[in-house]
Parts: sequence; C-alpha cells; structure tokens
Amino acid sequence: MARDVTNNRKIINTAAAWAIGLLIFFPILWTILTSFKTEAQAINDPPLFLFFDWTLENYAVVQERSNYGRFLWNSIMIAGGSTVLGIIIAIPAAWSMAFVPSKRTKDILLWMLSTKMLPAVGVLYPIYLIFIQFGLLDSVLGLTVVLMLINLPIIVWMLYTYFREIPGEILEAARMDGASLSSEILYVLTPMAIPGIASTLLLNFILAWNEAFWTLNLTAAKAAPLTAFIASYSSPEGLFYAKLSAASTMAILPILILGWFSQKQLVRGLTFGAVK
Amino acid sequence: MATTHSRIAARFMLAPAVVLLLGWMLVPLIMTLWFSFRKYLPLRGGDLGWVGFDNYVRFVSSSAFWPSVQTTLVIVGGVLIITVVLGILLALLLDQPMWGQGIVRILVIAPFFVMPTVSALVWKNIFMDPVNGLFAHLWKFFGATPIEWLSQASIQSIILIVSWQWLPFATLILLTAVQSLDGEQIEASEMDGAKPLQRFFYIILPHLARAITIVVLIQTIFLLSIFAEIFVTTGGAFGTKTLSYLIFQRVLESQNVGLGSAGGIYAIILANIVAIFLMRIVGKNLDA
Amino acid sequence: MSLKKVLGVTTALSMLAVTGALAETLTIATVNNGDMIRMQKYTDDFTKKTGHDVEWVTLEENVLRQRVTTDITTRGGAFDIMTIGMYETPIWGKNGWLVPLNGLSAEYDVDDILPAMSGGLSYDGTLYAAPFYGESSMVMYRADLMKKAGMDMPEAPTWDFIRKAAAAMTDRANEINGICLRGKAGWGEGGAFITAMSNSFGARWFDEDWNAQFDTDEWANTLNFYKGMMEESGPPGYATNGFNENLSLFQQGKCGMWIDATVAASFVTNPNDSTVADKVGFALAPDNGLGKRSNWLWAWALAIPSGTQKEDAAKQFIEWATSKGYIELVAENEGWANVPPGARKSLYDNPNYKDVPFAKMTLDSILSADPNDSTVKPSPYVGIQFAAIPEFAGIATEVSQEFSAAYAGQQTVEEALEKAQAITDEAMEAAGYK
Repeated sequence: MARDVTNNRKIINTAAAWAIGLLIFFPILWTILTSFKTEAQAINDPPLFLFFDWTLENYAVVQERSNYGRFLWNSIMIAGGSTVLGIIIAIPAAWSMAFVPSKRTKDILLWMLSTKMLPAVGVLYPIYLIFIQFGLLDSVLGLTVVLMLINLPIIVWMLYTYFREIPGEILEAARMDGASLSSEILYVLTPMAIPGIASTLLLNFILAWNEAFWTLNLTAAKAAPLTAFIASYSSPEGLFYAKLSAASTMAILPILILGWFSQKQLVRGLTFGAVK
Repeated sequence: MATTHSRIAARFMLAPAVVLLLGWMLVPLIMTLWFSFRKYLPLRGGDLGWVGFDNYVRFVSSSAFWPSVQTTLVIVGGVLIITVVLGILLALLLDQPMWGQGIVRILVIAPFFVMPTVSALVWKNIFMDPVNGLFAHLWKFFGATPIEWLSQASIQSIILIVSWQWLPFATLILLTAVQSLDGEQIEASEMDGAKPLQRFFYIILPHLARAITIVVLIQTIFLLSIFAEIFVTTGGAFGTKTLSYLIFQRVLESQNVGLGSAGGIYAIILANIVAIFLMRIVGKNLDA
Repeated sequence: MSLKKVLGVTTALSMLAVTGALAETLTIATVNNGDMIRMQKYTDDFTKKTGHDVEWVTLEENVLRQRVTTDITTRGGAFDIMTIGMYETPIWGKNGWLVPLNGLSAEYDVDDILPAMSGGLSYDGTLYAAPFYGESSMVMYRADLMKKAGMDMPEAPTWDFIRKAAAAMTDRANEINGICLRGKAGWGEGGAFITAMSNSFGARWFDEDWNAQFDTDEWANTLNFYKGMMEESGPPGYATNGFNENLSLFQQGKCGMWIDATVAASFVTNPNDSTVADKVGFALAPDNGLGKRSNWLWAWALAIPSGTQKEDAAKQFIEWATSKGYIELVAENEGWANVPPGARKSLYDNPNYKDVPFAKMTLDSILSADPNDSTVKPSPYVGIQFAAIPEFAGIATEVSQEFSAAYAGQQTVEEALEKAQAITDEAMEAAGYK
C-alpha cells in the first residue's frame, strides 16, 4: 500500500482507539483498583482513583475464608479436561465433514449448533437425576463431560472451518503413499492444523471456564470451581465492594493473563471461517 | 475424489460426536417431554400422574408468558444491534495505522474473559448502585440526579452489561474480516471519487456480510440462554424476565417441574424457529 | 494454662480416642451471612473436639436456596448438613426429607431453645432443624437525628408516627433519608417485609378457602402507605434495596430509621463497620392499632437431609454449632454483642448479655411474634412473613416483583395488586387448592 498516512491522522486514530480501549477496559481496571482499597475507600465520594492507601487486606480475608487454590485447580481441571476431551472427539468428526462431505454435512453441522440452544434450566432436573444415578454429583469427571458436550458443537465447527482451508490433495498424497486413515489424521492433518487446534482449544477453555450454570448446580464442595467461589462473595452482610473486587480479580485474573498472552492465536481462532 | 472405503470410514469418524450430541440432546429432551405431561410437584410428593396438555395450556395462558418472549427478543436483538454496529466501527478504527495497536487490542478483548457472574456483580454493585455506585458519584458530580439503573432502566442496563461482554467477540471477528479487505479495491474507489460513506456501504459492508452473519449466529446461540446476568442483577423483576428465566421460576422457585418442563419445550420450539431462520441466512452465506 | 483449657483439651483427647476411628468429612451448605462466616473460623474447635473434618459450601442466599432445594427434592445427597429457614423446615420435615433431631445430649439442653424458634422448626411436634440464630424485626433509629427533629421514639410506635418522624428526619441535601426499607423483589427480601407490614394493616394473603386477597382495601392501603412514605423519605432506588443494601446505607449514616431483622442490631452498633455505632436506638416494629404488629419471625437453622451416611457426625456438628458452648466461645473471642442471637433462652438470662443494648428489644420482638396467629382476620396458613405451603416461595417472588415494579414507578399500585391477585389465584389453582 502506497497510501500516505499523515502523522496527524495517525495521532487522531491513536487517541481515539486508546480512549475507546480504556473505556472498554475501565470496569476491569476499576475492579482491580477497588480490590486494593479498604471497604470505606471503595465507596468514597468522590471516588478514589490512585491516591489511596493500597492494602492487601481484602486478599488476605478472601484467602482466609476460602480455599482459593482448590477452586482454581477445579476450574483448570474442568475447563482443561472438557476442552481436550472435546477436541479428541471433534477432530475425526471435523475431518469427516471437511474432506468427505455428503449432502447432509451442513445439516448435521447446523443441527449440532442447535443443540446449544436448549435452555439449561429446563433440563436441570433430568440432568440432576441422571447425575445422581451415576454417582457423578460433585465430581470433576461429571462436570468435564457436561461441559465437553456443551462446547462440542463449537469445537466441531471451528475445526471444520480450519480443515476446509487445508487442501485435500495433501491428504490424498499421504493416502497414496499407503498411510492408514488414523495415521493420515494423526500425522498429516493434525500437525498442519496445529494453529487452528490451538485457537479452538483456547476459545473453548475460556467458554468452559466462564460457564456458571452447570458448574454451580452440579457441585458441592469437592468439585466446585471458581464460579462457586464467587457465589460466596456476591452479597454478604455489610460493606463488601472491596472484598467482592478482590474475589472477582482472583477469579478472572488467571484467564485474563492466559488470554492476553495467547491473543494472537485466539484472534485467529475467532474467525469461524468468516474470512476467506 | 473420496472412495467408498473412505466414505464408510468418514461415517465412523463422525459417529462419536453425533452419537454423543444426540444422547445429550435426546435423553434430557425425552425426560423433559415426559415431565411436561405429568403433574410433577417435588414438594408435594413428586410425580402425581398424567395431566395431558394441562401444563402446556397453563404455561402459555400465564400472564407472564408473552411478555417474557418479548423481553427475550428485545434483549437478544438489542445486544446484537449494539455489538454489530459498534463492532464494525471499532474494527474499522483498529484497522487504521496507530501507535500501540497491540495494547489497544488487548484492552478491547479483555471483557470477553470475564465470567458473566462476575461482570454482572461488578456492574450491579460497583457501577450501577444508585447510592454508592461509580455512576451515581459521576452523576452527582455534574449536579444530576443519579439514575436508578436496574429499576428505571432495567432492560437497557442488562443490554449494556451483556453488550459489554460480547462486543470484544464481535469486534475481533469483524476486525479479521476488515483486515482481509482488498486495499487496492478501496484505493480504486477513492480514485473514482467515492465518498467515505459510499465506500463503506458499497465495498466494506458487503465484504463484511459473512462475518456479520457468523457474529449474529454465534451470539444468538449464547444470548438466548443468558441467565446469570438477570439472576444476579434484577432477579427477573422490572420487566427483565426472559423465557429461560420464567422457566427457572417455574421449575426452581415454584417447584412445578411439570409446568417448567412444558415451558422448556416452548423454549426449544422458539430456539428452533430462531435457528431455522438464522440457518437459512447462514447456510446461504456459508456456501458463498 | 487455665483450668478450663486443660479440661477442654482432656475432653477433646478423650473424645478423639472414642471417635478417632470414625473421623468423617462433613459437607455443609450455608449462607454467606456474617454469623455463618464467623462459624467457619471456629471449625477447628469442632474438629479438635470430635475428629471430624468440615467442608464448607458457602453461597449467597438465592443460590443456596436453589442449590439445596434441588438436592433435597431429588434426594441427591450432596450435603450432610443444610442451612435452611423456618419456611423450608416444616415442609421438608413433613415430606420425611429431614432427620428428626431427637436424642440430643442432655448437655445440649434442647429445652433451652426459645419456644418460638423450636415451634417454627418443628413439624408435628418433632424438631427437624436446630436454630443457629433467630430473629424478629424491629425499628432501628438514629437517636441523634430523632432528637434533632424534635421527636421522641416511643417503645411501641405506630405507622403514622414512623411516617411523620421519617419526613422530619429527611434531609436530602445531606443525603439523609428518613427511612430505609426493603423494596427488592424476592419472597425473602421485599416480599417478607411487605407481608409482615400488611399484617399490621389487617391484610392477609389468603382467606379461609385459599382465595388470594390482593383485591382488598387492606392490601391497597399497605402498598399506598409504603410507597407514599418511601417517596417522601426513602433513599433513591429503594425498589432494589434488600437487607444488605439497607445495612450499608444505615452504617454509612444515610438512614434515619430502618425497620429490619433484629440481627442487624449487632452490625449497626459495631464501631468497626458502622459510622453511627453509638447513636442507634431500638423500638418495636410499628402497628396500626389493629392488634398485630409488623414484625416477623425467622431462624437460620441447621438440618440433616435423611439418607446421609454421616448422620451421627452431622448431629455432633449441629450440637456443637447451636450449643451454649459455641455462644461462649464466640463471646470469649469477639465479645457478647457478636454471639449468634435469638436462639436460646439462657442467652437472655445471662447477665453479661443483658448489657448488650439491643438484647431486650430483640427478645421482646421475638416473643411478640406468633406464626400461628399472624393476621387480623383469620387465615388458613402458618407463618408471619410467609405462608408455610410449598407454593408460597414461587408465588411470593412473582408477586413481590410486581410490587417492586410499582415502587419503581413502572406501574401503579392498583395494577400491581391486580396482577398479584391473578398470579396467586393462577398458581393456587395449578397446585390444586381449588
């Protein structure tokens, strides 16, 4: 591109983009700041921005009251487990749809997406009863399976769109060389699709991490992830903004950091085949 | 071309995903269907027998039903419009040359990582509280009377919260699409003397059509079932009861599983109507 | 080491020897209220004494209700002990879902529990849940502002006096609201308040044949009075204020009066949290001269779902948490004002507790509440701020949503009452009352 961009225009762009970016980010920033205030400072009028006595007291209180480590561990296990499991099941399915399409491929794909529209509350009792039957209540395994099923359609779809961008000739060449189907998928397709798989992994990890209905309703103490951790700080007695902020920060920070470090992969992952 | 052998293999490969999802859909669906024809009151001794279509009739004739459908559509529609419009503008802005683009992008995607429960709690208390919230302080600073967000502008507030969560998603998909725009085509149109607005409507927007459909489809799927944002902020008061919230009230608060299940079936029907509608559009766009 | 501590350690050791082999881990669901959070801090004392471990599931009230109700109705068995209230206990007890709390040790002294509490936590004469703390409601007011307004709070005020005093204390320029009351939707929030208030206006939820009564003048009067008073003297956004929102307003000195749970007294008089700790006075909940006051009765109690494998350990925990010993433990470490109130007679006979400023008014309020006779006209239900039937929670939540919409000005009081009438009749018909 040979267009001249004047410095003036760049300055205006920069200013506008930064202003909007900060505005969008502000609620998170403010929550993090509030977590370092005392409860009285948190509701001070006029609001205190940076010049207050920074304190770690809220984090100490939260840490004393709840076993943060265990909630965090459960979140990682459930989100990670369900994503990996989902990808293992989705890769063959996406391969089949992308390289051996039939008339009904698109229908199957869209049907899969439509299963996500089932209202969760409507099936709480059936699922709860099934969980009791199989002894899955309050278990990491049970939640992993449920979240895998919830996100499976998205995983299949994302992988399908990546696979479609891979030229089928390469796979065919591998087949000509006598590669079996499993080695074709495992050793030819998967390595080529690593970037796509990585972004699928990331997006679904985030979706599973933030899922709040099933993770709250199907757990008690042993398998409870960070969504349950938050539910114990949501409206206690007395002033609570600072403690709520500290708990919120602890709940979102791991995923925020992960997201930031991997944003390139994630951005690529969010195309859903929308860009050709 | 695929051989017959690989066709059979392909069906095998597809099978696990399809069977699992079929199970995940059918087992609860059949149980819900079963409950919806029964008088099932857990607090009154459980399953009290067959009632035919009573639950279905009762659910629709309840005064809360149509308003809840309307609220659902208003919230989904409102969020879609806001995120798509702002998403396009933001994507165009982020596509411009500037300093610190990477950092701005990080700032913009951050809300997507925040759990819905956390964002609802933070918005409700720290921002929208009419006495101690930041907005109230701000309004008072300018001498205005603070808005009672969650009671006087309840639907708008929920749309605001949900839009904040989904704007990053829309922006990122649209940004990728904007970045794939053909620079030369734009240049050519500039040479032809096309005004920026014309350029936008005749070149950029058509190019983004596909990305917009994807955004609309994915978001609709998630937005139809939003729950935490309403549960935490208004608890369904002030006209914010969506269809899924109404079902929650019937099943859990009123402990009428039969009635709630009938509502669940209605919600599935509504979701499918929306889905068919969407898929008509998306299906076309996916082929293109 | 004091003699008491030595004795404590030896009993602990001997009990450990007996129960050590059967050490269990109890999963306890509880609400995130201050007294429960405090209890979690002292869990070690229980573990030391019995050898059993405790896993806490602490949830916000609405989430807790949803969670434990799902679990008990499906017999899920996810919890060994559940924190429930006076509304749930008789209903669940009747269904045989709770372990009867009989055969408690002599040392526990079950007869020491206030009869109002044990009555509300029993079904058919059997105790199904032990009160951790109990409450009624009363007026908490700022003595300094009352004096400034030139008024004197009687021990048993009327609603007219409250309204007048509220108007006199209001100073909007300085962000002082004459009165703060719950308006938040939810049967346990604004719904509980307005129902208790309506009792003193002569209203009732149902007539003897379970017909909804929202089309009566008594209800219209209640709502109009409430809304009128709150518009004159209430805080902004009162339609979304619940217990917690009002508590922080009062602690910040932004309320002249607050009519709410008696347990709030220890929070508003605690100088660590409250800016007005030394200026608070107490009075009985107001009436209208019709013979019923507007105070309620509630207890947060611990119950064991039947079917648990750990019944004995769970009973041991309940005996520990609701014992006189636990009250002493808290008093020793945090002062008498912070012990869980309203559950035991002996607490109110304790000379140390008599010095606590709100002790007498709390007890008087509790004693003046009678769930079996709460309305002026006869009613078919038990309960003051609720009707102890399974359908009530659902109905009252929807009804209170209509009320809150009226408070916020989205509809008129008449419209809200019309809808309330329709919602209630509809639901009662669906449940088979008619």
